[in-house]
Amino acid sequence: MATETPPPSNEALSPERRVFITKVSMVAMGLVSLLVAVPIVGFLIGPLVRRFPDVWRSVGSVDSFKIGQTVKVSFRDPSPLAWAGVTAETAAWLRRISANEFMAFAMNCTHLGCPVRWLPDANLFMCPCHGGVYYSDGRVAGGPPPRALFTYPVRINNGLVEIQTSAIPIG
Amino acid sequence: MNLLKRLLDAFEDRTGLLKIMADMAEHPVPPDTGWWYVFGSATLVAFIIQVVTGMALATAYVSSSGSAYDALQFITTRALMGNLLRGMHYFGASAMVLLVGIHMGQVFLMGCYKFPREFNWVTGVVLLFLTLAMGFTGQLLRWDQNAVWSVVVGAEQAGRTPIVGPILAQFMLGGKTLGGATLSRFFAFHVFFIPAIIFGFVGIHLFLVLHDGISEPPKAGEPVDPDTYTEKYEKVLKERGVPFWPDAAWRDVVFCVAVVLAIFLLALIFGPPALDKPPNPSMLARDPAPDWYLLWYFAVLALIPHKMTTPVILLAPMVAIIVLFLVPIVSNKGERHPRYRPWAVASVIIIVMMIGTLWVEAIREPWSPDFTAEPLPIAVIGTNVGPVVDGATLFHQKGCEFCHEVGGFGGHRGPSLTWVGDRLTRADLTVRIMNGGYNMPAYAGILKPDELDNILVFLESRKREQ
Repeated sequence: MATETPPPSNEALSPERRVFITKVSMVAMGLVSLLVAVPIVGFLIGPLVRRFPDVWRSVGSVDSFKIGQTVKVSFRDPSPLAWAGVTAETAAWLRRISANEFMAFAMNCTHLGCPVRWLPDANLFMCPCHGGVYYSDGRVAGGPPPRALFTYPVRINNGLVEIQTSAIPIG
Repeated sequence: MNLLKRLLDAFEDRTGLLKIMADMAEHPVPPDTGWWYVFGSATLVAFIIQVVTGMALATAYVSSSGSAYDALQFITTRALMGNLLRGMHYFGASAMVLLVGIHMGQVFLMGCYKFPREFNWVTGVVLLFLTLAMGFTGQLLRWDQNAVWSVVVGAEQAGRTPIVGPILAQFMLGGKTLGGATLSRFFAFHVFFIPAIIFGFVGIHLFLVLHDGISEPPKAGEPVDPDTYTEKYEKVLKERGVPFWPDAAWRDVVFCVAVVLAIFLLALIFGPPALDKPPNPSMLARDPAPDWYLLWYFAVLALIPHKMTTPVILLAPMVAIIVLFLVPIVSNKGERHPRYRPWAVASVIIIVMMIGTLWVEAIREPWSPDFTAEPLPIAVIGTNVGPVVDGATLFHQKGCEFCHEVGGFGGHRGPSLTWVGDRLTRADLTVRIMNGGYNMPAYAGILKPDELDNILVFLESRKREQ
């Protein structure tokens, strides 16, 4: 007991104790910073791990599409947030190839994602941003796009054409 | 009066702030710094304008993907002075980008980044890129059709990164598609994250200006020698130095007042950029483009060889940052005067001309199909009957005219075909139309034989000598 007497209060800390206290303080502050950072980082990357269910959206009856024609169809994202408003809307270019065959092309140019337009008379998709051109089957016809237009899964269900909602295609 | 003085004295006694501020204001600077030194403080003033107008706008802005557009319309058309405030925030941003560029050019050309101010150059480079990041995120908060497509274009570029690309893209979008999470993220980046970092770096930047001192105007034939510079600089300050306030600062005041007036008047006269259509990603008739300060980069992505797209998107910004960081490391001594630094002057001229040219091209957008091209009038076709007219009609219908100009009508992606009959034979034309090329679709599967014939007849008729 007697040997444990604290040093007088006006005595400076020994160099060893200074180093020790500095290290302990740094570690302690580092640890609580990490503790605070965990929920922040987790929250920020939350949208990356949010469930994105595969939903089939009906875009119209089979009969409403003419064979050989490509038209724009709009549908809603799967389970959009309540405040998404019109940003929950999305679209695809739907082509009826034959009686039972459809293709749904992503509207995003594979160059930088701008919205491609279908030109029915020319039978081509053209991108307004940097002049990418695609054939009616989505293959690259000219310009900078590195690959064909992305496609979405499409099916016929009870006489309705349905498109599977998908992520924005990232090259 | 006596009471006021006693209060002030007491305040100073307890805080010491007055002396610190007076010391900062009156710190000695080299004489004759002149008008070239006003751009840094003007950039800071533009930033302050952005902070205060931004804070005011935030009181009415709604950072919700579904409501922001309505809030913007309210701010623009109904809120008291909302139109003016939005305009000031826009022209303030433009001024800040412009001034940060001029400030950097001036510091580079006068060699102010050399010893002992190397590190302040580095903090300035960081601030340059933070300013551009504010420009990009700010443009997106104008949450209209152009903004949502700009987010997509930004995410697609991030998505080109190897391995982590899709994760980065989703991080930007706030999910796998555009939606409720997208705008609130960009709002937080624009209003909290990036400004917080800017405040920090502005603080360091200004501290270093005081710590290292304002550079004296460069004199030809007086190179910087790190061994003797500090001593010489301090001698100049001691013998001929003048207090920053007001001897040197009055020029800053004059220029900054002019900048604020310009921002105010431009906002008053021209107003903010008009809102585009609502941010509905299913509306596809849109040609998205960034605001002017990044527009030139959009041209780069159109003009580089197609296979270079990914390397350029990923490496160009990185190379730019690394090169700028290396500037003071590579040359922190030697001549400061531009007269003895021809390569420095040449590189600034080249960069300015390059960005200027790209900028002009980006406004013209010759690489974009001209969807608004009108069918060719009879005056241009030269006749109103027969296969030539049918060919001219098909020339428009089949999209040829979107990319090829004839008689002043049509796009500029491909070569002008006004006088194509003079240079290409029917066989040449057929090969090109059927097989296409680098930027041109092959029309073999698109044109029926009689359609091709009519187009050929029309193109052959494009001769000078009839």
